[in-house]
Amino acid sequence: MTEVIQVSDLEQGYGKTVVLKDINLTVNSGEILALIGPSGAGKTTLVSTIMGMLKPMKGQVTVLDTPMPNRQLLAKIGFMAQTDALYESLTANENLMFFGSMQGISRKALKEKIPYAANIVNLVPDLKKYVKDYSGGMKRRLSLAIALVSDPEILILDEPTVGIDPELRQQIWNELHKLANAGRTILLTTHVMEDAEEADDVMMIRNGAAIAQGTPKQLITEYGVKSSETVFLAAGRQQDAHTNND
Amino acid sequence: MRILTMIKRILTEMLRDKRTLALMFIAPLFILSLLYFLFQSNTDQTAALGVRNVDTTLVKAVNNNHVKIHQISSDKSAETIIRDHDYAGVLSQNGDHLTLTLQNSDQSKTAILKQSLQKGQIELKSKAARTAIKTQAKALKKMQAALAAVTRQMGRAGNGKQVAQPAAGKQLKAAPSYTVTTHYLYGSSNSTYFNTLLPILIGFVVFFFVFLISGIALLRERTTGTLNRLLATPIKRGEVIMGYLSGYGIFALIQTLLVVLFTIYVFNIQILGNIWNIFLINILLAVVALTLGLLISTFASSEFQMVQFIPIVVIPQIFFSGIIPVNQMADWLQPVAKIMPLYYGSQSMSDVIQKGATIGDIAPSLGILLIFVVVFLVLNMLSMRHYRQV
Ligand SMILES: Nc1ncnc2c1ncn2[C@@H]1O[C@H](COP(=O)(O)OP(=O)(O)OP(=O)(O)O)[C@@H](O)[C@H]1O
Ligand SMILES: [Mg+2]
Repeated sequence: MTEVIQVSDLEQGYGKTVVLKDINLTVNSGEILALIGPSGAGKTTLVSTIMGMLKPMKGQVTVLDTPMPNRQLLAKIGFMAQTDALYESLTANENLMFFGSMQGISRKALKEKIPYAANIVNLVPDLKKYVKDYSGGMKRRLSLAIALVSDPEILILDEPTVGIDPELRQQIWNELHKLANAGRTILLTTHVMEDAEEADDVMMIRNGAAIAQGTPKQLITEYGVKSSETVFLAAGRQQDAHTNND
Repeated sequence: MRILTMIKRILTEMLRDKRTLALMFIAPLFILSLLYFLFQSNTDQTAALGVRNVDTTLVKAVNNNHVKIHQISSDKSAETIIRDHDYAGVLSQNGDHLTLTLQNSDQSKTAILKQSLQKGQIELKSKAARTAIKTQAKALKKMQAALAAVTRQMGRAGNGKQVAQPAAGKQLKAAPSYTVTTHYLYGSSNSTYFNTLLPILIGFVVFFFVFLISGIALLRERTTGTLNRLLATPIKRGEVIMGYLSGYGIFALIQTLLVVLFTIYVFNIQILGNIWNIFLINILLAVVALTLGLLISTFASSEFQMVQFIPIVVIPQIFFSGIIPVNQMADWLQPVAKIMPLYYGSQSMSDVIQKGATIGDIAPSLGILLIFVVVFLVLNMLSMRHYRQV
């Protein structure tokens, strides 16, 4: 197993405000890492930094042994943003075509890959529809399909399961496991523990700091609780106790 | 490859957005036509003029297509008559003295009356002068005959000059006659202010609409997050900008051709210079507007804010585009014109259309427009850094 994503001693923020501090994480190839944390914790900031959209204030981010930010490396990352960034006046198929070729995939290859990606998110019958006629959940699914369409080595998904029904959620997770087994590396963020439980590794972020890290099972035993839901609460209380002591 | 895909996407989006298309292609023609008719109606205007005790010869001279004469017999004051009948003015004569009373609520009518009166007087004077010359000519002929007779006599007697001179000197004092023929360098006696304004207007209309539409298009891309998403792919920042530039450039090009051809063929505008120079200027102006629109959209966070930039970025450019002659402005104001792209565009447009300037003549202005393009492009590249560091 090789280290695909490595973040060491990262400090990140906007302007002078620091949003993330002392972040260390490693994702190996074939692994799924879930970042879980409350709203405003800094998950999106961390993901943007790994993508190289933001330059680290302190510390280092390397992806496939290349220090980020690096433009060429983006061709190997399939990205799904938290907010749906789609061209509303284009059809789903045209959106997939556009972002696919921006990713560097030839038109011919895309024609084969679009049905595959659309199938994972059950969008095949709606590919010819304009995005402006899509529901919120359909837009989320299309965003995910765009991340998958280039068949990338690394998948970075910011809250991929929001607005997706349980049945489809299961189908998506099956596909993600399949991809991971095939050696793809996946990093995703979520609010819900159910997603985290599916991941190989979980990293909890709260107020910009990593408060717990390990496999879901490890965390349950470590905190001496019954379910992963309560791990999060326990870890949060511990962090509050520390900050009060300081 | 990526640029081509971007162009294709922009074209598809634009072609589906019927309202923006209409704004880009029909609105400029609409505005130009509106202005055309606004300025046109001015020349067909007539002003009502009441006349009282005025010599019929003068009334005849003053009368023209733009003046409607009303004879007045009442003794009421000129002011009352104007109010009662809504005349543009009243002309009354008292011996040699003329009094023109003007309503002056419409300056263009006032101007018509003043001009007509002046023209009438000149006409009378020149007529008088012509008559004087004719009489003079007759007198001269008589004198010549007399002189010849005298010379013949004097020839015999000796020197005749002394007799002839005083008589000739007296005759030459009469008024000289001028016949005025007006030549028009550009246009004709039918020319209106519109003809002078048109070259400036073409440039402005092209500039304004390209600026607005390209600015709002990129803004939409920023606010919907698609720009961020786009920069999460390995596309180069320069490719994004070139994609926009060429995609919207195609529409700007069509718009420019449409506006120029429309004004030339529908308004029947005479162009002294080469039409290709006109296309060249406007295309360059459109590219400046495009790059400026993309840049300004960086500083706006909504369509509404983009519109707020119009009074700051576009309106001042109109003032310095030549509608008010720049060389007549206060000294400290003149350099301001030099930082406005529209100034160079309009200037060269006027030069080509009205003075027949060649490509060599307008090259310096075109060069400066090109510099604007380069500067805005570089600034655009820098502003893209905000979205992705590499
Ligand atoms: N562009 C920005 N400029 C300034 N501050 C920002 C910016 N984006 C995020 N922040 C701040 O950084 C902090 C972390 O935001 P971030 O979006 O990373 O949270 P998150 O964990 O993704 O939250 P959520 O689960 O709601 O998406 C927040 O306090 C937020 O206010
Ligand atoms: Mg987020």
